[in-house]
Amino acid sequence: MSDTTIIDLLRERLPRECVLSEAEDLRPYECDGLSAYRRLPMVVVIPQTLEQVQTTLKLCAQNGVAVVARGAGTGLSGGALPLSDGVLLSMARFNRILGIDTANRTARVQPGVTNLSISKAAAPHGLYYAPDPSSQIACSIGGNVAENAGGVHCLKYGLTVHNIQQLEVLTIDGEHLTIGSQALDSPGYDLLALMTGSEGLLGVITEITVKLLPLPETAQVVLAAFASVEAAGAAVTATIANGIIPAGLELLDNPAIRAVEQFVHAGYPEDAAAILLCELDGTAADVAAQIERVDQVFRAAGATELRVSRDEQERQRFWAGRKAAFPAMGRLSPDYYCMDGTIPRRHLSRVLAEIERMSTEYGLPICNVFHAGDGNLHPLILYDANRPGELERTEELGGKILELCVAVGGTITGEHGVGLEKINQMCVQFDTGELTQLHAVKAAFDPQGLLNPGKAIPTLHRCAEFGAMHVHHGQLPHPELERF
Amino acid sequence: MSLVESLQDTLRDAAATGTPLSIHAGGSKSFYGRPVAGTGFSVAEYTGIIDYSPTELVISARAGTPLSELESALAKENQMLPFEPPHFGPGATLGGTIACGFSGPRRPYAGAARDFVLGITCLNGRGERLRFGGQVMKNVAGYDLSRTLTGSLGTLAVLLDISLKVLPRPETEVTLCHEVSAEQALQQLNTWASQPLPLSGGCYNDGQLRVRLSGFEQGVQAAARQLGGEELADADGFWQDLREQRLGFFQDERPLWRVSVPPAAAELALEAGELIDWGGAQRWLKTSLPTQTLRDAAVRAGGHATCYRGGNREDVFHPLDPALQALHQRLKASFDPAGILNPGRMYSGI
Repeated sequence: MSDTTIIDLLRERLPRECVLSEAEDLRPYECDGLSAYRRLPMVVVIPQTLEQVQTTLKLCAQNGVAVVARGAGTGLSGGALPLSDGVLLSMARFNRILGIDTANRTARVQPGVTNLSISKAAAPHGLYYAPDPSSQIACSIGGNVAENAGGVHCLKYGLTVHNIQQLEVLTIDGEHLTIGSQALDSPGYDLLALMTGSEGLLGVITEITVKLLPLPETAQVVLAAFASVEAAGAAVTATIANGIIPAGLELLDNPAIRAVEQFVHAGYPEDAAAILLCELDGTAADVAAQIERVDQVFRAAGATELRVSRDEQERQRFWAGRKAAFPAMGRLSPDYYCMDGTIPRRHLSRVLAEIERMSTEYGLPICNVFHAGDGNLHPLILYDANRPGELERTEELGGKILELCVAVGGTITGEHGVGLEKINQMCVQFDTGELTQLHAVKAAFDPQGLLNPGKAIPTLHRCAEFGAMHVHHGQLPHPELERF
Repeated sequence: MSLVESLQDTLRDAAATGTPLSIHAGGSKSFYGRPVAGTGFSVAEYTGIIDYSPTELVISARAGTPLSELESALAKENQMLPFEPPHFGPGATLGGTIACGFSGPRRPYAGAARDFVLGITCLNGRGERLRFGGQVMKNVAGYDLSRTLTGSLGTLAVLLDISLKVLPRPETEVTLCHEVSAEQALQQLNTWASQPLPLSGGCYNDGQLRVRLSGFEQGVQAAARQLGGEELADADGFWQDLREQRLGFFQDERPLWRVSVPPAAAELALEAGELIDWGGAQRWLKTSLPTQTLRDAAVRAGGHATCYRGGNREDVFHPLDPALQALHQRLKASFDPAGILNPGRMYSGI
């Protein structure tokens, strides 16, 4: 069918203000948080009711038109990049908190609600929603579920998948599914885990029941400086070896520390090779005990300076630097590219050294600010998109870093998702049989392949083409495939 | 030929001939689920811890590894499986534990079996060896199939290698007892769960509310003073007996039902013995009441009911609504197109 027909059908069935097709109206939807990739959708639908979402999906299914669902558009992997011949389905108007069940410690929310607003609404009851991605003031909970978002506190409190109980979902056919339950489990397969992090490929989330936790009585941050990144890495390992699971454990290397200090003056020691920010939370007695322990461990690991936040204001100031790290890079360099690999912690020193070597090789500076406790790296490559070829070299360097993560037993994405950005590296992490199984799971939900096609799971042909360029140890990945 | 290759061969032959297989290892959980009429397929020989570095908080082991072996390796390093899985017999293996997705008393406070699964290598119904997830804490590459396989009762794939997140054992644990009514117990459990307390167990049985606290010495002692009540002497014994269903409550000829409900749901008040676990979210019932009565009561309370032991073994799990049932069938077919892996163990046709 021609483009105008689906737009006509949508206009016929939906209120006028729900369907946007003028170029200037489409522009805000051309990219998500990964702005290097831009494309205008054919049409944007912004439904206000469940029935309108259902109508849109059914029309798309009947007419074989692809649908990309979008929350707040803060994703960092291009997962919400539109298709020029597809519908961009914005869930932004599903922005209500439907209820807070204080007795059972849950909140029922619509997908367009921002992450932080859930915690704000729960706070008067002494409760909060634990996952806290750095974009939490803007990112939507629907997007958090689609990406299985993490954050600073997931070392202790888990990812999105650990903190939700029930989803209301519409399939591409407009069929309604309730996944999970108001209890702690549900009969049948764990579809709640399957939906979480499925990047909009399996269904459209229309409602979420999240778990709420009691607000910790108190929280304090230990700021420790180290003379080398290796020593800081060893301190992370020693902390865990001593039976302590901090609420958050973040590492900033020297380039990151200096960039941050110039920007927000968080009071970080600018001469340190690396600093650790270690947050302990719980009851006052528990936090006091943990701080004593962490202090000993960090001293033994060679910390050159140790500070403990004395009050809430100082704790916030210690975090202000970490939270401003990415905008601070923005001041240093016209563009930056944020990577997201996870590795077993024991390879931290080796991987950071190798990243530094690659940085020199490519002539592109890299800063490291990351979730050290989880081994979740966020190398930031600084580049200038206006210099010809620099974006391409940055992407190539980024790809190499991800492949390094896989080589040491890690993964190409810890919390940002595959989206379009890391689709080639999926071919490195998964073999043909695994990719075929992933596609078969997709087909069980969406046999026509209309939900967010081209994202998250690469086709075998794409891997064959990518593999032709990336020969490891003289052996082609996916040797059974034809090459084009 | 390696053991895995011979398992793969058996699977391919079974798929080609349409021979149903009944997967097992130690047999400790053979009572659970619907009966499977199939040729025995054992992974009991596939044993051993593959990798365990305590500071990574990750252990990887083969499916046939005895659960007790895994737990003693962790205990030596002062670590544990935080979901406190039941064994239900000396033969319990890691594979069976994850395939059943069982979690013990710590579940509502620490998380379920699926929450600690980081990665699984499995054989699907085509005999293909597939790896999903990994050995790292955070991994969002591809669908989360390792968690989806957890609790799938072997109906999607044969589990081979499993990587789990582990945690340090708490420095200290205290269990406190209060003599209260069931209604008071539920109210108390949920009030405490709304406060920042180091809770790790909450059970009510025989007029006694038992609450476990875990963590660092100072924190636990401070919380214990706040909660009050009498300290239970053999606390470890009690929580183990609860987990393994050895308490007096379970010594009863009638079928055992598990009703999973929102934690603050009122007592089900059926004509049955009711033991409250998981801080209110898991209710054990000993009763001969009809299946439908239990299912209706579970739904009214916002949950679902499983006929755990005894009773009608054909009708074990809470029925799915038709759309979900159809999706389950399509998912099953995507892993196991010939329908040879534990067919019918969960639902008829799955």
